Amino acid sequence: MNDEKRAGGPGKGRGAGSRSGNGRGGNDKAGGPRRSMFRRRKVCKFCTDKVDYIDYKDVRLLGPFVPERAKILPRRISGVCAMHQRKLQTAIKRARQLALLPYLTD
Amino acid sequence: MSQARLYELVYIVSPDATDQDIADLHTQVESIIARLGGEMVRTENWGRRKLAYRIGKHREGTYVLEVFHGTGELTKELDRRLKVSDLVIRQLIVRVDEELRVAERTRSRRAANAQKRNDRRPPRPAADGVGDADPDNDDDDEAEA
Repeated sequence: MNDEKRAGGPGKGRGAGSRSGNGRGGNDKAGGPRRSMFRRRKVCKFCTDKVDYIDYKDVRLLGPFVPERAKILPRRISGVCAMHQRKLQTAIKRARQLALLPYLTD
Repeated sequence: MSQARLYELVYIVSPDATDQDIADLHTQVESIIARLGGEMVRTENWGRRKLAYRIGKHREGTYVLEVFHGTGELTKELDRRLKVSDLVIRQLIVRVDEELRVAERTRSRRAANAQKRNDRRPPRPAADGVGDADPDNDDDDEAEA
């Protein structure tokens, strides 16, 4: 289960501290050398880039937050802060109305 | 005050439309804005793009962005006119001035805070020491900022 989670969030695993704490044999087998990745503190992408206005017209910016099923990436995975997740949400929904982003894909 | 509202209008024109049709639509929009006391700010044609999903039977369309000052009445009228038009397959009007103002405020507040922090502890080449301890420079910068 741990391994699965790790595969899902590329380099941005949540609760890194607790997971590295219970590092058992199974964990080491899967990703021993990349341990330092999990410990990395997750920071909001928009805070670091100092994005104040999330533009719904900027598909390049929004794209990574709607992975393959076209659902909005939860912030527990992306690490976006609450304020920016709210802005991101409205931006994505606007972009969807304009067919810049899909509502769903299959 | 009512004049200060800034709107963005994006509409998608059917791919069957000619350049002339698109130009006509644009002048039509412009005249409506002018007639109802609005003011054009800028316009952008994004050209033909693939749609993320089908709208009607269309898979692509020409996107046009118009930014203008105006009133709620004006947007209502624009929306109505665009809905009636057969060539326009989708339109969205968004009021942006408030969000932009909020963004501007956070930006200035951040600048002010950074200034204050700098004043509080002037001589300290902190970046070097921390940078050596941890190879992840990006995160450190964030912590400092």
